[in-house]
Formats: sequence, structure tokens, C-alpha cells
Amino acid sequence: MSNQYLNMDLLRFTTAGSVDDGKSTLIGRLLYDSKSIFEDQMEAIEIASSNKGEEKVNLALLTDGLRAEREQGITIDVAYRYFATPKRKFIIADTPGHVQYTRNMVTGASTANLAIILVDARKRIVEQTKRHSFIASLLGIPHIIYCINKMDLVNYEEEVFEKTKKELVGFSSKLTTKDIRFLPISALNGDNVVNRSKDMDWYEGSTLLHTLENIHIASDHNLIDCRFPVQHVIRPQKDEFHDFRGYSGRIAGGVFKKNDEVVLLPSGFQTKIKSILNFETEIEEAYAPMSVTMTLEDDLDVSRGDMIVRVKNQPEILQDIEIMVCWMGEKPLLNKGKYTIKHTTKNVRCLVKEILYKVDINTLHRDIKDKIVNCNDIARIAIRVTKPLFVDKYNDNRTTGSLIIIDESTNNTVGAGMII
Amino acid sequence: MNKYHLTHLKELEAESIFIIREVVAQFENPVLLFSGGKDSIVCHHLARKAYYPANVPFPLMHVDTGHNFEELYKFRDQLVKETNARLIIASVQKSIDEGKVKEEKGFNSSRNKLQTTTLLDAIEDHKFDCAMGGARRDEEKARAKERFFSHRDDFGQWDPKNQRPELWNLFNGKKNFGEHFRAFPISNWTEMDIWQYILQEKIKIPSLYFSHKRDCFIRNGVVMAKTSFTETKPEEKITNMQVRFRTIGDATCTGATISNADSLEKIIEEVTSSRITERGGRADDKRSEAAMEDRKKEGYF
Repeated sequence: MSNQYLNMDLLRFTTAGSVDDGKSTLIGRLLYDSKSIFEDQMEAIEIASSNKGEEKVNLALLTDGLRAEREQGITIDVAYRYFATPKRKFIIADTPGHVQYTRNMVTGASTANLAIILVDARKRIVEQTKRHSFIASLLGIPHIIYCINKMDLVNYEEEVFEKTKKELVGFSSKLTTKDIRFLPISALNGDNVVNRSKDMDWYEGSTLLHTLENIHIASDHNLIDCRFPVQHVIRPQKDEFHDFRGYSGRIAGGVFKKNDEVVLLPSGFQTKIKSILNFETEIEEAYAPMSVTMTLEDDLDVSRGDMIVRVKNQPEILQDIEIMVCWMGEKPLLNKGKYTIKHTTKNVRCLVKEILYKVDINTLHRDIKDKIVNCNDIARIAIRVTKPLFVDKYNDNRTTGSLIIIDESTNNTVGAGMII
Repeated sequence: MNKYHLTHLKELEAESIFIIREVVAQFENPVLLFSGGKDSIVCHHLARKAYYPANVPFPLMHVDTGHNFEELYKFRDQLVKETNARLIIASVQKSIDEGKVKEEKGFNSSRNKLQTTTLLDAIEDHKFDCAMGGARRDEEKARAKERFFSHRDDFGQWDPKNQRPELWNLFNGKKNFGEHFRAFPISNWTEMDIWQYILQEKIKIPSLYFSHKRDCFIRNGVVMAKTSFTETKPEEKITNMQVRFRTIGDATCTGATISNADSLEKIIEEVTSSRITERGGRADDKRSEAAMEDRKKEGYF
């Protein structure tokens, strides 16, 4: 056991759902069956359940962290849960599924490798299935698992599963997600969650946990287009490192190697990578999403917000940008309004030039007439920024393709933008 | 494992280093809260990695209740010396002497809650605009909803229902005059990740974490250490026990665990098979179901 952790990797997934689709039960089941709930946590929710006069232990109480949520029996915010098996560590972004919480779903989805979407076997595709699928696809989550839940309530019939799956396949062909899987489960009874179901011998695929443990995530990061947004310039001012000038940051794409020919943006100067440092050790190559410090052959003027890229593979340098935005502000998005933008390690100001259309997140229908973008709405807009940004399309790179919009009067984050 | 794929510890490390660097880039006067516990030690280690070969560009601040174990003070001073760190001590005793807070009375009294006032005063005195800390989301349910960059109003309060959305790796540290932030670089780490990382990186930790013999007594089912500042009831018998600490806080409210784990490998084994969370031994969380949420709203870490 002692060295096992040296081979574990990390999978971040999101679960979206509303009150009665069994989402909390599923998470509770994953934590409970993988032995990630501790005795004192279990004891606390047993007491809380019986105080509320509930007969069964309510596993949802485990995920509702704030007093207001427990009192009202609702989930307000994104909550993060952790569990691990000998193969992987998992981070769950647990988000509420109502329309009015679209912004929370988007937040949880922004860093996820995988989305679990629960479908009630009795109701099959409903509005929220479409909404969750659209958001997962819009946020570029590489893998979706549809869990057809409550199979116990349809007598574990294969026919129901196949019918639902067929409908989902038809619907999801509109999505950009490539890896989509289907699983028949009962979260309440634990069928096919951690342990195989005895009542669905017709199902020959993996259990949910087995899928989560083995799904291939090594290529989820873009390892082709080299992008290194400079976060900080290190100058030690120490005798032993007198001339040291290092550029630190987190690699946003590609594999950088020592001696690589690189170009600095925006200056356009070309130079070579002299060394790559990871603390005291010099390494030969570094790749996304590592945090490293680089030194360059030539002493050039580089500062925070600049980007180091490969000579033959450069991002677009744009001032006029079209984005899909998920609006999160209390006040509607202001057409012709001015906002601050944060993109990689760079802050600029922007002007909203045009609201092109709004997307009905239940039907994916484009609405070009209604241009009032309220909280939780998703719209395509055109912006102009004060200084050029070094961008990739969001579908190519989730780091250099994303930005946030900040209200200058409140300093609040009011929008999440994906570059098209 | 694929050649270009990080282990979970490397990925967590990369994320935390990125966040520490963002804090330094976005704030004028940040500080790292340092308790001498394993989480703050890991944060300090990550900060050193983030700025090597330069020195860590912010000081450490120890909010000291004055009721800490002797071993902890020694460890703290040694670490400061070895790593060339700057240390600020904010003293709860001083807050008591100045009449800003009132010491609790009785057998279960603790200075833990008093730390909030000392912390907020120190933040104001030193004009820190961002205090980083080693809190983790897996510790407690109110912390599961905490952001990496957590905005505080001019009273230092946390409003959990009005948090800024946090997307991708884009952290918004913009604030109005008088407001400050808390930042939690190791939010996504679990207790197990911390131990595995300490082992992987060979990080030094206080001897209190390893099994040793100590005079203890049992109160409300929790093993407590006998110190010069803990009062015992007549029926509480002092016995010499083989114990270690899973968390290190104020000695008056941190429970010990009966354990023979005297190496990191053995501690990891013990944590793997443990069925009680590490905060299960902390009397301060047991005060009510929402104890942590209430303290956090007031400005506690």
C-alpha cells in the first residue's frame, strides 16, 4: 500500500440534478460504498435525520453544508466532495440543478473532466436532462456518463434502459462531447454504483465506480499547442543567483522542452528555453497543467500577462472577440456596457459591442429577438478589448479559451465567457 | 501511467502553487497564517517551491493562543531559522491583557474562539489585504463551499450566500478599500493527500504528530493532554499514555489519539483505516452542528 499513491491520478467530475432525481443519494452511495464516510459524520447525519423526523438516514444531509440549506432542504451553492480509491482521487463538484442555479452548474462544470447526468428511468428525457447536457457540452467537459437511475422502480427492465438510451443517443448527437456513456443504476439500492447489480444480469458493462476509475483522462489536456502565460517574474536579488531571471506560471497547453525555440507575446522576440525549474530540480520538459519556472537564453523584457509560445504554433492575437457568455450578475448584461475582463494572467477592459442571440437552454433554440441577458442566461456576444488577448478557441483549449467578466462598480464576477 | 500525465499529488501541487502566485500578483500585502500544524507547513513548503530561488515574498503570521505545546514553539522557530522566513506573532494573551476579549471560564474553556479578534486586529494593524491559510474543504461541511479566493467585508465577515462564482483557474481578487480576502491554496487536498505529500517531499513536521508517551486524561470520550494550562476535574485521572496528535491546535481543545504510529508510513496506514475524521477530536467543532459556519462568518479561519 505504502507507495500506491505515486501512481494515483486525479479525476474531477460534476453531478447536476434537482431535488428528487436521486443525486444526493448517488453521491452518498459513492462515498458510503467506497468507505469515504467516517463514523462521526455518519453519526451526525443520523442524529440530524431523526431530529427532522425522517425514518431513513438522509444521505443528502451529508452534502448540504450551510445552515440555510439544511433548514430549507435545498442546495444553494457548489459544494466540493472528495473521495479516493487505490487508483484515483476524485473531486466532485456537487451543483444544484434548477434553472435559477445555471450559474452554479457552469461553475462546477468549468474545471470538470467528466459529468454525471442522472435520468429518471420512469420519466426518461426531461427538460433538465437537456439543460445539463447542454451545459456539460458548452463547458467542454470531455466525458459524459448518463446514469439511468431508479431502475428498481421499472423492475430492472432492459427494455426501459434501451429505450432511454436510444432517445439519449438521438438527442446527444447535437452535442460536441465525444465520449458519452450509459449506465443503468439504482442509487437507492446501490445497483451498479460500486457493486454489480444482481437484478440486471443483462447489463454487461462496468459499474459507475469502475468506469470512473478507468476512464482515460490523460489526453484531456491539450498537449499540442504550447502556451505558457507568464504569472510572475522571479528575480532573487541574492549573490548566488545574481543574474537569475525566471518566468513562472502554469502551463496552459503543450509540452515545453529545454532548448525549444520560443516566441514572446506581445513583443514577438524569439529566443530559446535555457532551463525549466521545478523547485530545486532542473527538468527536461514540462507540460500542462504543471506549475514551473523557466529561464530564457536572452535577457528580454517579459512581464505578467505575457505569453511564451512556440514559433510555429501561435495563438490568435485578437481585440474583437466573440464569446458564449453565461451571465451571473444580478443586473442584466449591459449592451454597450464596459467591464473588466480576466483572461489567463491578464486584465483588460472591454466594451460589449453586440448581443447576437440568447440560447434557450432547454431547447437549444436561438432567440435573436429577446436580447435582455439576465442572471443564468446564456448568450452569444461580441466584445472589443482595450489590449490584444492571446487566445485559442475554447474547444481547443479550456484555459486560453476562457475568460471572466467583472463588474467595475461592485468588483463581482458577473460573467463566464467561452471564446468561439 | 502516460508520460504526460500528472499524479494526483503533482496536480494538486501545481494548482496550489498557481494560487499562491496569483495571491502575490493580485494583492499588495499578503500574509500566510501559520499555526505550526501540518497544513500550514505544507502551504509554506508550496510557497517556497513557488518562488525558488527567491525568498518567499510574504511573512508568516502565527496567531498564538499562548496555550500551544512546547514542541510546537520549538519547531516553529527552527523552521523560521532554516528557511529564512519572516515571522509575525499575533498574541491572544495581548488581546486579553488589553481587554479586547474576555477569557472563557470553567473546565471546557478555550482560547480558540478568542483567536478571531486577535486575527482581525493583526490583519488591520499590519494592513494585510489577503490572509492565506491551510484550510481544506474536506475538513468540515461549511468549508466544502468555501472558495479559493474568499471575499470578506470590512468587518472581516464571510457571507456564504453571496460568494463570487469561481470558474476555471481565473481568480478575481478585486476589492474595495477596507475589504480583504482570505485565500486557501490547499482547498482541494484531503488529510490523506497531505500525509502522502509530506512523505513524498520529506517535509519536516513537529514531533507531536508521531507516537510518544504523555500524561493525559479523558474528557467526554476525548483524550486530552495534561498541560500547565488545562484544569482537570477531581474525577479525571491522569495517566501516562502512548499517543499522537492528528491535528495540532490550541492544547486546551485538541484531542490526542492513542496510537503507536511513530513513522509517516505508519501514520498513513492509520489514517487509511481510521473511521473517524480528524476534526472528530476537536472540542471546538462539537459545540453545535453549525459551529464552524458561525465562527467562519465572524471571521475565524
